[in-house]
Amino acid sequence: MASLKERGIDVYNWFERRLGLGTPAIEAAEHEVPSSTSSWWYVFGSAATVILVLQVMTGILLALVYAPTASHAWSSLEFLDHNVTLGWFLRAMHGWGSDFMIAIVLIHMAQVFLFGAYKFPRELTWIVGVFLLLLTLGMAFTGQVLRFDQDAYWGLGIGASIVSRVPLVGGPLVDLMLGGPIIGGPTLSRFFALHVFVIPGLLIGLVGLHLLMVLRLGINEWPMPGRLVNKKTYVQEYHKLTEDTGIPFVPDAAWKDAVFAAVIMLAIMACALWFGPFGPTGQPDPTIIQTAPKPDFAFLWIYAVLAYLPPSLETPVLFIAPVIGIGAMLLLPLLSGEGEKHWSRRPVAVLMVAVIAVTLGAFTRLGTYTPWSPIMNAWSSDAIPESYLKDRTPLEREGAIVLQNKQCRNCHSIGGAGGLRGPALDSIASRMTEDQIIRQVLQGGGNMPAYGNALNPSETTALVHFLRTLRGGNLTPAIDASRKMVLNSEQPPAQTPEGH
Amino acid sequence: MNPSEPLSPNNQSEGTVAAGPDKVPGHSRRVFLFKLSLLLNGAVGAVLAVPIVGYLLGPALKKGSSYNSWINVGALSDFPEGETRLVNFRNPTTTSWDGQTGDIPCWVRRISGNSFQVFAINCAHLGCPVRWFAQSKLFMCPCHGGAYYEDGSRASGPPERGLFEYEHRVVAGNLMISAGKMPTLAAGNCSKPKLTQIEPSSAATAANAHDVKPDEDSHPRNS
Repeated sequence: MASLKERGIDVYNWFERRLGLGTPAIEAAEHEVPSSTSSWWYVFGSAATVILVLQVMTGILLALVYAPTASHAWSSLEFLDHNVTLGWFLRAMHGWGSDFMIAIVLIHMAQVFLFGAYKFPRELTWIVGVFLLLLTLGMAFTGQVLRFDQDAYWGLGIGASIVSRVPLVGGPLVDLMLGGPIIGGPTLSRFFALHVFVIPGLLIGLVGLHLLMVLRLGINEWPMPGRLVNKKTYVQEYHKLTEDTGIPFVPDAAWKDAVFAAVIMLAIMACALWFGPFGPTGQPDPTIIQTAPKPDFAFLWIYAVLAYLPPSLETPVLFIAPVIGIGAMLLLPLLSGEGEKHWSRRPVAVLMVAVIAVTLGAFTRLGTYTPWSPIMNAWSSDAIPESYLKDRTPLEREGAIVLQNKQCRNCHSIGGAGGLRGPALDSIASRMTEDQIIRQVLQGGGNMPAYGNALNPSETTALVHFLRTLRGGNLTPAIDASRKMVLNSEQPPAQTPEGH
Repeated sequence: MNPSEPLSPNNQSEGTVAAGPDKVPGHSRRVFLFKLSLLLNGAVGAVLAVPIVGYLLGPALKKGSSYNSWINVGALSDFPEGETRLVNFRNPTTTSWDGQTGDIPCWVRRISGNSFQVFAINCAHLGCPVRWFAQSKLFMCPCHGGAYYEDGSRASGPPERGLFEYEHRVVAGNLMISAGKMPTLAAGNCSKPKLTQIEPSSAATAANAHDVKPDEDSHPRNS
């Protein structure tokens, strides 16, 4: 047995003499790090790298079957899901892996920011990290396109519409993005090239650079309140800290990275097993217009922001906000490369992370149920609650039919069912007088289209009579005080709704 | 980068390397030749960049209108007056691997006689497919809630303008539209204003269209 071991060492030495990689690799693995960095807070970067490896592996495996052409991509995904052994699981792993990767990268970024790790001399590490975040998001978007279904098709349409708003060169940029006049074969081919060659190549190269800098500059020490970063003294202080409290990264600190990576892997596998792969949804056939396209999870917040921006602000915000946001992230370490690292002495930093997290979370939450979108089939699927029709006059019931037939329900809910774009109508008559209701219906305004051309006088009368019964149980109806005075003094003939 | 200790050994080693060639004659000649070779490779790279950049920019260099051609979307009898119907056509420019993506839908509104409006399916906000609701005479978008009136003008929601319209004409009892490019805010074919009511070719259709216009044209179109 001893001879076998010796033979093994001989083989290793044969390669090592020619490659010379083993010794520096072992040295790098065993390099000393401050003992305070052996922390569960320092595991996210390595976890993101492990997920990247998973994504590359599952991506190659999927590429063995996937057909990157517009005519066959969708059916090859169906084939993967149903005909290839465990194809569905590989798709699920790749999809969940991407969501986990984005989440871990964001957590890593927040941790690095709160620990002041971007300060001298690690400015460039942070800047490369910003590009890694952008590339990760680029992978998510191009990956969503490769899942060539309805959402991918209309997602490309949204992308092209955004790009078309770029001043001066919008048109040529759309052509570059689509590779032709419409979303079609060349479009999918170029997104395939981006997702499989261009972005992963950049991503792997920059991850290597990122890791190289972490090794060269040393991992950020655990920040202490009051221990300020000074460009003149920091390197010496860091070296002293490493000498005083140093532990070898492998194995003393790396075991936590390894355990966390394993936990994340298990979580991805569990999600893949439990929830299965993402889509594909309907076929990428633009003639099937019965669809409500939605972006993937990572982009839901943008989808929500685009719904809430006022039209006049939309284009400026679309192009100025990313420049400011990305520019601020890139400039952060250059402008604030020294000073306090500890979060307890950086309230603005903590506040920023909290505000950004809450904002992204709130918009993402809104994006999951899209209260701004009309529900296209609400008018034909949600019935008016019975209690709203009980003891009503025939005219009022006729009005309920008008409300249903004119698609009012697509935007207005009654009895908890219907769209959320406009206000719920359950108690509308306690907030608006008859005149106000008529005006709103016929002339629209405040996000409501005018229905003057779509309603004839008798339909309007019936509708308004029905709406007048909607007083949220039995609240008093809204009244116009001045109207009452006029009526008392003049006693004019009854008003007709067509007066407007 | 401040000169920290990892840099200084490199500087020293460069110094020793630099000291070597001085012993051998012809160093300055080799340096010159090396610089010349760099220049040569720069020139080759510049020449090589021309086809690469040209290839990459190819789709953007083609004029947008060159994609468009006249397509027959159906006989006049397919379109009852006063109705708006969904019509699918095969895009004139496709690749054989475009599959279903080469089929493009559009909304055809026959106002009366030879007076038509042909709307793109894409919402003017972000390109999602708008749906026509005949009862409320509205186009609604499922993405961000844009709504348009029956003549395509903006009714509410985030769109900045009305629906995109295709240029169209009536030839031998058939409705033809000029299409070929996905309509976006930047696409040239869709920014031409007032395609519909001004276009009618013959005086008869013009008069016909004029008869219907008064109440239909009450909404100014901002296309």
